[in-house]
Amino acid sequence: MTITVPFDPVSRSLRNNRRQQTLWGIALCTLFLLAVIFSTWVIGDGGLGPVLSQRNQPPSIAHPFGTDWLGRDMLSRSLHGMSLSLRIGLLAAGISALIGTGLGLAAGTLGGWVDAVITWIIDVFFSLPHLVLLILIAFAVGGGTRGVIIAVALTHWTSLARVIRAEVLQVNSADYVKISRRFGRLPLWIARHHMVPHIIPQLIVGLILLFPHAILHEAALSFIGIGLSPHIPAIGIILAESMRHLSTGYWWLGVMPGLLLLLSVKSFDWLGENMRALLDPKTSQG
Amino acid sequence: MQLRPIVTFTAQKLLRLGLLLLAVAIFTFVLLSLSPIDPVQAYIGADMMRISPEQQQLIAERWGLDQPMAVRFWDWLGQLLQGNWGTSMVFNQPVGEVIAKRFWVSVQMLAIAWLLSGVLGLGLGILSGALAGSWIDRVIRLYAYTLASSPTFWAALLLLIVFSVSLRVTPICCAAPPGVLAGDVTIWQHLHHLLLPAITLSIIGIANITLHTRQKLIDVLHSDYILFARAQGEPLWGLIRHHGFRNLILPALTLQFASLSELFGGSVLVEQVFAYPGLGEATVQAALRSDIPLLVGIVFFSALFVYTGNTIADLAYPIVDPRIRLGGSQS
Repeated sequence: MTITVPFDPVSRSLRNNRRQQTLWGIALCTLFLLAVIFSTWVIGDGGLGPVLSQRNQPPSIAHPFGTDWLGRDMLSRSLHGMSLSLRIGLLAAGISALIGTGLGLAAGTLGGWVDAVITWIIDVFFSLPHLVLLILIAFAVGGGTRGVIIAVALTHWTSLARVIRAEVLQVNSADYVKISRRFGRLPLWIARHHMVPHIIPQLIVGLILLFPHAILHEAALSFIGIGLSPHIPAIGIILAESMRHLSTGYWWLGVMPGLLLLLSVKSFDWLGENMRALLDPKTSQG
Repeated sequence: MQLRPIVTFTAQKLLRLGLLLLAVAIFTFVLLSLSPIDPVQAYIGADMMRISPEQQQLIAERWGLDQPMAVRFWDWLGQLLQGNWGTSMVFNQPVGEVIAKRFWVSVQMLAIAWLLSGVLGLGLGILSGALAGSWIDRVIRLYAYTLASSPTFWAALLLLIVFSVSLRVTPICCAAPPGVLAGDVTIWQHLHHLLLPAITLSIIGIANITLHTRQKLIDVLHSDYILFARAQGEPLWGLIRHHGFRNLILPALTLQFASLSELFGGSVLVEQVFAYPGLGEATVQAALRSDIPLLVGIVFFSALFVYTGNTIADLAYPIVDPRIRLGGSQS
């Protein structure tokens, strides 16, 4: 039994359903982030050279982000910095996700003392303020770019490990896994056919939602001065430099790069939320 | 009769705290001994060139750096337990004194920020949950989601630009006006200087509690007992006061006490922007200038701070929720 709906091609193509909207959201965010990451190859180093005749210009059409105290174009500086920060954040978050998945799987499947030790390590990590932990690790490994990557990678895996551990424990006690075991399936077969399909979506969403934190913490460390060296224009360093010029009224030096950082972080958030909506069986059919 | 559960509770909490601090000690020690930083070089600093290798060797032996790691760890732990936290190289004072002094400067700002974010967050959450779907709810949610992903130090920069540079209503830096002796600072000057950092910290802290309170209130408003109360003609604000609030306050308290960790981290960044000489600023100084004793002291202190917050939350539950009190005495 079918109900015929008057077919109107115009309104159908304009008013997308929720799934299409979600897909559009994902595409838009991905495009924006890729554009920021690869922008440095497109615009080159052209805007980075000092032009002393154009110092401290407020935002205009020629320089949408204004220029700094050396006449450098702030848009190209910000894009360079953001691109670098994004790449460092992606690398660190990727390592963190690997650690989180590994330890989460180990804790969930092996159980016993392995589980106890891993849970305890997670608790210890949560008992220190995140930023203090980051500063401690970045300092201990000697600072610099390597220090930031190691610090961010070593401190962001905890929540993902918790999620994956809980997921494994839940699936492990599910009736169909017990039945499967009674049928004599090998543990590897069960892992392949029952565990992985549940964990992959969690992993993807968890990984994407790790990025914003990783990038914000990378920026914070660079801002404090423990991260990248001042010669590398990461976004945190650009913002830290702008502090010295704020009292003279050059507001765009601080506002504009920060806005770019906010937009990038927000895109990752949207991307993660949309992916979750698409992959989670509770919402994917809605 | 009343005393026994209190003693057990305290003993349990102290034991857990001891284990936690031991874990932090092991972690910190292993991390710092594996690090490529040479302690002798960090201690001597720029004068390294003027000191002969034999003398460096002597310093290393005097400090027991030639001992194996486990021996050094026990020596170090023993000293810590005796209250010897070392001397801060940056401030040239015992670490305990530096932390106490700096924390006293920070704690007022932290307290104002914490209270403000709790009250405002709860209020905004209730407002947006009660009016779910309206434009007020949308504005509050947009605000909370944007704040949740905005960098703390950038928000601090923005407030500094607006209020200190453009409007000139708040000072641009420090905890007291320049050129005034610490003893002569009036309480108003003091408040004036800590107001903007405290507000920055609180508006960052609002997002989480607002969104959770909103969700919880929406859940409560969809329950059967609310439907019944509504059928009896209870107005919306009466519903929230008599049925909603009691259910909201417990998760809000948990969140707010758990947020002490975030608050501490936020204060490091905010104090850096406002050049506010508190504990957060000391943390950055310690890391930038390789002041290991101070950094270790601050790590311990922050762990203690976070743990205290969580313990107070545990203590507050039975006061707020009679059901927990009942359950506790039965078991």
